[in-house]
Amino acid sequence: MKRGCIQRTGALVLGVLGVIFLLPAAAFAHLVTTGMGPVYDGIGHLLLTPEDLVPVIALSLYCGMRGARAGRYAMFMLPLAWLLGGLVGLNLDLDVTIPVPALSFLLLGGLIAADANLPDQLIGPMTVMIGLLHGVFNGLVLKSGPGGPALLGIMGALFVLVALMSAFVVSLERPWTRIVVRVMGSWVAASGMLMIGWYFRGQLS
Amino acid sequence: MAEKWTGANLGFNISIATALLLLPSLAWAHVEQGQAAGFFTGMEHPWSGLDHILAMIAVGLWGAQLGSPALWVLPIAFPMMMTVGAMMGLMGIPVPGVEVGIALSAVLLGLMVLCEARPKLPISVMLVGFFAIFHGHAHGTELPPGQSGLLYSMGFVIGTGLLHGVGILIGLLHRFSFGRIVLRGAGAFILGMGCFFFWQAVT
Repeated sequence: MKRGCIQRTGALVLGVLGVIFLLPAAAFAHLVTTGMGPVYDGIGHLLLTPEDLVPVIALSLYCGMRGARAGRYAMFMLPLAWLLGGLVGLNLDLDVTIPVPALSFLLLGGLIAADANLPDQLIGPMTVMIGLLHGVFNGLVLKSGPGGPALLGIMGALFVLVALMSAFVVSLERPWTRIVVRVMGSWVAASGMLMIGWYFRGQLS
Repeated sequence: MAEKWTGANLGFNISIATALLLLPSLAWAHVEQGQAAGFFTGMEHPWSGLDHILAMIAVGLWGAQLGSPALWVLPIAFPMMMTVGAMMGLMGIPVPGVEVGIALSAVLLGLMVLCEARPKLPISVMLVGFFAIFHGHAHGTELPPGQSGLLYSMGFVIGTGLLHGVGILIGLLHRFSFGRIVLRGAGAFILGMGCFFFWQAVT
């Protein structure tokens, strides 16, 4: 009963995210203004920024594949690391040219596609590292808009997203459902590889 | 106790869908509107060329003939290697004979489906991966101006994956004896079209 409920909720969240993803998003480097205050602006920013949203989903899927323990760890550590990175980013003045989102896509998508069995000692630091890096980028962007309070919205959205998505994957029992997750991971990795191509476009010709 | 989709569930889903429809659309009138278009442009791109479509459906058909694990390994290998080809194209690394390679992919994959060839998994993965590079190099770099590279990339990869999915769905016919004949006929068709593309590419 519980498992079915988790699967339905997970499927619903996936569907809603899919629709949100297809909505015309107002840019990546720019801020989403919901008109409902900075906390909601932060939530909107996360949900409408594929560079952040896709790695979060991918991390949740991967942690879900590794079991409930990894999922719980990510559920708490990712938002905290993201907040910490965001606070650092708010106080930095950087012009970053490293394709960090593309590398996140590639790493997480590759891990999912390969169903790589990383030990917990590596999953934890990886989660923290991804949270910190994406948090710093968010902080740099949010500095010119809603600032720190938006990070709270992002944290909340991260907690809910990771909890639901990880639990959804943990609840999957049939072997083919796990294969579907791995195929999705390969798509994420492939998109990351293509993004790296866009970053370095024409530089070797 | 069996779970059922009740009227209340349906009503809930409809209300969620309606709420999403009523969300304020951001930036329709502003320059970023191309960001959303990038996804759809990428997604429809693999469907825009018959050579692409046939080769990718052939991958799905062949995977279905081979069964698990090739059934899902081949459709994973193709998009991954395709993006390697696209990345090479974007970085300016030349790949000679791209159009010939694409035509040959249809020829060889059609032949594999026609003969219901069963090489070892690494060999089939290498074959599919090798030809995917040509497809990626030719088509993965055609981003229209003003659109998002990320969304285009995601759309392109997902569009390709869906084409494999179409091939796998058709390949489900393989469990029936008449279906096997149909699939081999489809392989013959792809082989014939591949020969036509090859002739076009070299003349």
